[in-house]
This record gives sequence, C-alpha cells and structure tokens, in this order.
Amino acid sequence: MLKEDQNLSKDIFNVHIESKPTREGYGDGVLEAGEINEDVVVLCGDLTESTKSDRFAHKFPNRFFDVGVAEQNMAGIAAGLALSGKVPFIASYATFNPGRNLDQIRVSICFSKANVKIIGAHGGLSTPADGATHQALEDLAIMRTLPNMIVLYPCDYLEAKKATLKAANHKGPVYIRLARDKTPIFTTKTTPFEIGAAQVLMEGRDITVIATGPLVYEGLKAAQELKIRHGISVEVINLPTIKPLDKKTILKSVQKTRRLITVEEHQMAGGMGSTIAEFLAQEFPLKMKIMGMPDLFGESGLYDELLEKYGLNAHHIELEVIQFMQGK
Amino acid sequence: MLYKTTRVKSNILEELQIIATNLRKSVIEMLVVAGSGHSAGPLDMAEVFATLYFHILNVDPKNPTDPDRDRLVLSAGHICPILYATLAHKGYISEKEIKTLRKLGSKLQGHPHNLSMPGIENSSGPLGQGLSQAIGMALAAKLDNKNYEVYCIGSDGELQEGQIWEAAMFAGNKRIRNLTWIIDRNNIQIDGYTEDVMPLEPLREKLEAFNWHVIEIDGHNIEEIISACNMSKAIVERPTAIIAHTIPGKGVDFMEYKFEWHGKSPSLEEGKKALHELRTLEGRIRGEHE
Repeated sequence: MLKEDQNLSKDIFNVHIESKPTREGYGDGVLEAGEINEDVVVLCGDLTESTKSDRFAHKFPNRFFDVGVAEQNMAGIAAGLALSGKVPFIASYATFNPGRNLDQIRVSICFSKANVKIIGAHGGLSTPADGATHQALEDLAIMRTLPNMIVLYPCDYLEAKKATLKAANHKGPVYIRLARDKTPIFTTKTTPFEIGAAQVLMEGRDITVIATGPLVYEGLKAAQELKIRHGISVEVINLPTIKPLDKKTILKSVQKTRRLITVEEHQMAGGMGSTIAEFLAQEFPLKMKIMGMPDLFGESGLYDELLEKYGLNAHHIELEVIQFMQGK
Repeated sequence: MLYKTTRVKSNILEELQIIATNLRKSVIEMLVVAGSGHSAGPLDMAEVFATLYFHILNVDPKNPTDPDRDRLVLSAGHICPILYATLAHKGYISEKEIKTLRKLGSKLQGHPHNLSMPGIENSSGPLGQGLSQAIGMALAAKLDNKNYEVYCIGSDGELQEGQIWEAAMFAGNKRIRNLTWIIDRNNIQIDGYTEDVMPLEPLREKLEAFNWHVIEIDGHNIEEIISACNMSKAIVERPTAIIAHTIPGKGVDFMEYKFEWHGKSPSLEEGKKALHELRTLEGRIRGEHE
C-alpha cells in the first residue's frame, strides 16, 4: 500500500507519468534559493547549461562565476567565499566534482566547515552515452567518509528542488548527487522532505527494499508487481539522505520484515547499501542483499539498456526479491 | 631586477626588524619543544610576517572576525610556526601557548586550521589551495562592497601544483584588484633545490603572462616589503604577485641555504645555538640604531 501521508503522485503507475531530470530540480531550486537569499552564489566549471546552473546565471550574473575547466580552483574559491559569509553552490559532473577535487573539498571545505554546496551532476549511469569516464559510481562512498559532510541523492525533480533549497538553509558542507536523464516525477510538492529523514513510501510485511535516487521508482514498480503477481508485501523506503543515516526508520522496518535489499546506481562498495550494512551489522545483524555496480566500470549505451545490463531496474529487483523470499 | 623602495622612517624599520628577530626566536623555541615541523620557511618569512601584521594589515586581535578586516591566507601551511608566533606576539593567543605546538588539544595544529585558533583565516597544508581561497575572499569583498585587502602567502615549491595555475589564470582574467600574492622564493623544497627538482623559472614571465603585476623584492628588506605592499594596493587593474627572494633558514647560520632544514626541527642543542645567534643579532640591530 502506498503510504497516504507521503502524498505521492496520482499518476505514479501511469505509463504517461511526467518525467524531468533531477538536475533541473537543482536548477530551479538554486534559482529560488538565490531569490530568497542574496548571499547565494553559484560557481560552475564550464558546464553551465548542462548542470542547469544557467537559470541562476541569467537571473544573477553578478553572483555567478564560470571558473572554466578548473574544479580544484572552483572548490577553493567557493571555500573563500563561504568563509566570508557567502553560500556558494559549485556545479560540475560528479566524476570531476568530487572526482577531481577531493583534496580541496576535504581541506578547504570540510575541515574548514565552509558553507559550500557541492553539486555532482550526471551521477550514476545517467550520462549513458558518454560512457564509463563520465559515469560517477564512487562519489557517494568518497563523500560520506568526510567529516562534516551531508550527502543527498534525490529521487526525482521535485525532491531535487526541495533538497537544493534545504541545502541552502543548512549551515555546512552538503553534497547533492544529480542525474542527467529524465526520470518520473512520482512525488508531489507536498511529499515531505527533510535532510536526514528516510521515507517509507509503501508499507509492507515481507521484505524491505531501500533505494536511493531515481531507482526508488524502480523499487516502487517492482513492489507493485510483486504484490499483484506474487502476493509478496514489500516495504519500499526512499533514502535521499545517505549521511546522516536515518537509523530509526531503517531499524523499525527491518525489525518488522527481517529481510532487506538495497538498490543504488553506485559501486556496491562504500555506497548506500554499504552504509546500511555497517549500521545493521552492529545494531541488528540480518541477511541482506546489496544491488549496485559489482566492481565494474560502466560503458556507452541507452540508460534503460545499462540498467538492464547491470541488473538495476524493476525487473531485476523483482527477481532478487523472489529469490530472497525463497531463501536462495 | 629588484624593486626600488620608498623611504620609511628608520625607527619603524628598526622596530619591525626587532619584531622579526623575536618571531624567529619564538619559531625556534616552539619547534624545539614540538620535536617536529618545518624550520627554513618559517625563519625566512619572519620579516614578511612582522611587516604585514605590525605595519600593513588592518586586523584587530580583539575582534578577529570583524567583517571589514584584511585577510591573510597562508597557502604554504607547513610554515605555520611563523604564523603562530606572529599571532601570539600580536595578542591573538598568549605567548606561552606557542609551546603547545603539535601537542594534543593545542590550538597550534601541525598545519593551520581556521577553526582551531582566532586569527587563522583558512586551513592549509596540502599545497596549492590557498590562492583559490584568497580569491574567494577577495570576490566576497567585491560582492559586499567592502574595501578589505586579501594577502596570500605561498611558497615557491607549491607552484608545482596545478591548482595554483588554475587560480592564477582566474585572478588574472578577473583582474582581482584587492589581492596580493606573496611568494616565498627561497629556492628549496623537501627533495632539494626547486630548480633541480622541477624548475620554476622564468617565474616572473610566467606570472606576467597570466596577467599579474609582478614585483620582485629582497624578502628580508622591510622597506622593500612595505613599498611592494603599498604598490600592490595602488595597482587596480591587475592582481599583484610579490616574489620575495629569501634565504631559507635566514638568521640561523647553520640552517641558511640548506634544503635539509626545509622539513625538520632543531634538537635542543641546535635550538640553543640558534637562539644564541638570534640574541646576538638582536643586539647588533639595537646597536646599529643607537
């Protein structure tokens, strides 16, 4: 059963559900944040349109800085701006930001508690045609090990917009991972979002599926099919905040279902599933399955083709749930 | 070609020179107690720090977060003993606290941390990060219509980092006027002389090609330091880089020019010898001006 208090879209399982990329949620969110707070500034590394920073850039040209293809300098300048009272967002692809500028994020931003928001666009497999060099599959692992860092991975356009606005109000470093390709907008304006809160979107008894980012939708579709065709009751949790982890919501769910599958567009090592495994191994050990990239680089293709090949769509979640239920 | 200086009152120069010598003594004292840390860079930057904090910068230890203060960003974090000594002499921390360098719970971390001590503007240690941070602070002044100046003190070895040139390109392109970058050109780095490890010359031409106004000075000549900083303020169409030619380990005879002293601290015996030399030097400075 979809949880009513989550106010999910009425079109949630309609094949014609509206789709938009989460990067547009950031683009509209940071524009709104800039209208609310004149200390908000945006820096971009030669990817202004692609990261959707252009909306802010056009409205506030004096508060926008294109630093060129120089992600390390971008992170450092943002730290200096933040230490002087500004609220900088730094935008590039996640493979470069934080892929290229980890040292700068670690020392100039995190260690200094500089109030910088790091926008990692094109996260996961969602820049499919560009191939492995541009597909960030390790950024969540890198970012969540940094003290003082908040790590967010919104599930759709609206959640990305909310996450951007909340990040602007949060004092301290925040990483937001975005996707390039369009994905369904299955939440609504009134769906709750708080940094640090997991959301039970569908209640179930038999097994818990925790997903993050746009794959949450695949989890919901799988759960719907499993209920109709196999009579399996799946609890689906959206985990938009990888750090800090909402331990309470996760623990409550797995204490009920005693079975857990996690799903993410990220290396299995060190990502969202790993985070939960670290927690549960200490607090409530149980058998769990982590669905993610099995220590492989991606490749070129269509987004749907890549999700199918690497086993990360609704169909594969269904198969994993059935296997898990059969004790295999 | 070295930069021509304007005349500064000799009693001011004498006072700053004595401060510089006292800072060197504090550097030696804290390094001996710490048992590790860098010696050559902190010693060779004594005149620059004394001049900036006691003559140039608009800063107030009683109000270290004043939004209108000038900012000093230390990019070469490993020379922090001279920053700590200066902040102690200026009154940001008590002078006895300098003996806690690198000890558990100390404000004086092995490399500077902006949140550990008042007066420290940035965190550094991994090289090449400070110039970008300084640019951010300079841009914030422009956005807020403030008049503060930002000074970045860097080393020559860190010019081998790519980020430095990203930052240099940005500042030159944006013509950031309230930014002064002082490069400690002491010619040494951990593995040897810079021109042996990875040559930086022709440095002046490189910086000029990045659209910087470049001034070369004797980094131990206080009059030249003051003149160059004044000139930097007056140059509004470009950022200014001051290449401060220095003698690594300056003031302690057995350390001068030796790259081996880049990254190590003096023993108790060596510290005593160094302090004796510095006391004699202070006597000479006073003697010359009496």
